Amino acid sequence: MIEKLKEIVRHRELIFTLVSRELKARYRGTVLGFLWSLFNPLLLMLVYTVVFGFIVGGGRVSGFESTKFYALFLFNGILPWTWFSSSMLESANVLSVQGALIKKIKFPIEVLPIMVVTTNMVHFLLGLPVLVFFFILFGKALTPWVLFLPVSLLAQYIFTMGLCFLVSALTVHFKDIKDILSNLLTLWFFATPIIYTYQSVPKALQYVLNLNPMTHIIESYHYSFYFGSLPHYKRFAITIVVGLLFFYLGYLIFDKLRDTFVEEV
Amino acid sequence: MEAVQVRDVFKFYKKYADRHKFLTIKSAMVNKTLFGDLQVGERFEALRGVSFDVEAGHTLGVIGENGSGKSTLLKILAGISKPTAGTVVTRGRISALIELGAGFHPEISGRENIFINGVILGLTRKQIQEKYDEIVRFAELEEFIDNPVKSYSSGMFMRLGFSIAINVNPDILLVDEVLAVGDASFVPKCLDKINEFRRHGKTIIYVSHDLATIERICDEVIWIKKGKIEMRGYPKRVVDAYLEYIGKKDEKKSLLQHGEEETSAGREKEKRWGSREIEISDVRMFDGRGQEKYIFEADEPLAIRFDVEAHAAETDFVFGIGVFNGEGINCYGSNTLLENYAARKIQGKGRVQLTVPALGLVNGTYFLDIAVHKRDGYPFDYHHFQYSFKVVSSHRDVGIARIPHRWEFSDNIVLKKNENP
Repeated sequence: MIEKLKEIVRHRELIFTLVSRELKARYRGTVLGFLWSLFNPLLLMLVYTVVFGFIVGGGRVSGFESTKFYALFLFNGILPWTWFSSSMLESANVLSVQGALIKKIKFPIEVLPIMVVTTNMVHFLLGLPVLVFFFILFGKALTPWVLFLPVSLLAQYIFTMGLCFLVSALTVHFKDIKDILSNLLTLWFFATPIIYTYQSVPKALQYVLNLNPMTHIIESYHYSFYFGSLPHYKRFAITIVVGLLFFYLGYLIFDKLRDTFVEEV
Repeated sequence: MEAVQVRDVFKFYKKYADRHKFLTIKSAMVNKTLFGDLQVGERFEALRGVSFDVEAGHTLGVIGENGSGKSTLLKILAGISKPTAGTVVTRGRISALIELGAGFHPEISGRENIFINGVILGLTRKQIQEKYDEIVRFAELEEFIDNPVKSYSSGMFMRLGFSIAINVNPDILLVDEVLAVGDASFVPKCLDKINEFRRHGKTIIYVSHDLATIERICDEVIWIKKGKIEMRGYPKRVVDAYLEYIGKKDEKKSLLQHGEEETSAGREKEKRWGSREIEISDVRMFDGRGQEKYIFEADEPLAIRFDVEAHAAETDFVFGIGVFNGEGINCYGSNTLLENYAARKIQGKGRVQLTVPALGLVNGTYFLDIAVHKRDGYPFDYHHFQYSFKVVSSHRDVGIARIPHRWEFSDNIVLKKNENP
């Protein structure tokens, strides 16, 4: 495994080049460029704020000082979630979309899902200044706990990467994973404290939420930005271990199926 | 020293392609075959025990029909796919010209794509920077290099792809048919570059259907047939044996097709017109011994024979014939009027034969126009491009017709004719 990781590190220039290709291509084709990658999270935030803040709540969301703060909380969770879900959806397609690279060139295939997760991470990072802007706009103070961000980032990257290895490899053999995946992600979205707080969930259900690694990852963003305190470090530490496990298993299966990609893509 | 060693290489493909479309997780779980489906089912044997060596600095040509396993072999040499059994040892950096410009992104500029494609092919950005000017110059894209690749013509696209791949500066160059898509002026340039590689002692493996080029640039040729090496040796010898085999096979096919064409009324309509007061039927071709034949040597005798039937007596009629090559160029045409035959009378059934003592055509496929019409051109029955024959020979001369000729040299010029090179 260590050897394989070194191999991946050796391809960093290739990964870097492919990620910048993806970013350039996405931002060049359209006038609004990078704003488009923010469009989806902003829209989600707006919809949930209107629904829960004004239609259901009548101008107040329980547990939040104001609707503006609820919007902040939403955006705080939706941004990293978008990174996660876009990565998953794109990695289901990436091997067939980039089929020419796999079939026609000697190419380290694991670079492709890495490219997907990294590209989406860059979109996420580009969205952070907008998040900070909203904090300032809505008059909510940020604390030094924001500096916890790199740790959350790393945890999410490892966990997402593991799943994306798995999804990209299996989709080659089972085409219907794509359809299952989009539905699964919708369910997963609601099973993660993004549009509601972890604390507002009944105790019994919290146990269920605890089983979802994304709960703790999104919570860590909530803590370091919105709540301005240290995340629940025990749960977070376990999440990192689980993430590493997923990464290991995901890569293992990807590596096992690697030789079949050339013929099956 | 060998640059490439291939030992007993087998490659089997699982043949679940048709079943695969319906393969879903659900069906896999229902049938409890989640992993069973990933196991070997029926298999297609693309390569069956291939062994050969290529000396460093040599150029090996690989020929064979479509589906014979040439491309599979090249992909295995390139390290793209793995052999099912057997070993491949290569020494040195490999560059495979299998698909040019793989990884090009249409939205971004040629300049940026050079860097991306170069890194994909295994160069560092620094190495690409050093070769950048040479790449652009060779591709002849100086003016367009900052335009997005989607605005390139297919020729420009191919030139850029070739230029990058060749500048990877490999020790072993694998070429698979990529030059077939190039524009006419660029292909010789590519071949020059490949020749330059040969002079610099690089190893080249060249897969192509272009037998003339194979003969010209290769030191040795292998012919792959149904996944096995059928023959290996001097280019000329292998290419000739291959041509003979193809010729025999095509002859059978052509004979079969010939029968089909006559019964296909739909095709006849657009390729045949005229009032039918005189009708042409049953057009056949024969060799010098009266044997029906559709594949000819370059200078073989050919006879074209067809039946005619005049439903009423006619006194104004001309028989004509035209020979066209694959590009639609009229190689030869004549008719009885041009050759001063004055028509007197035709009635009922008859037969016409045109005999050519020596064909005098270069290799290729030829089509026939056969017609009977009035002196003023009024068509009775005109068959356009309805019949074809092929010239397959070991002559390598080019052009439209094979003009009879011989070479003569004064005494101080010495050439030796290689009867069987």
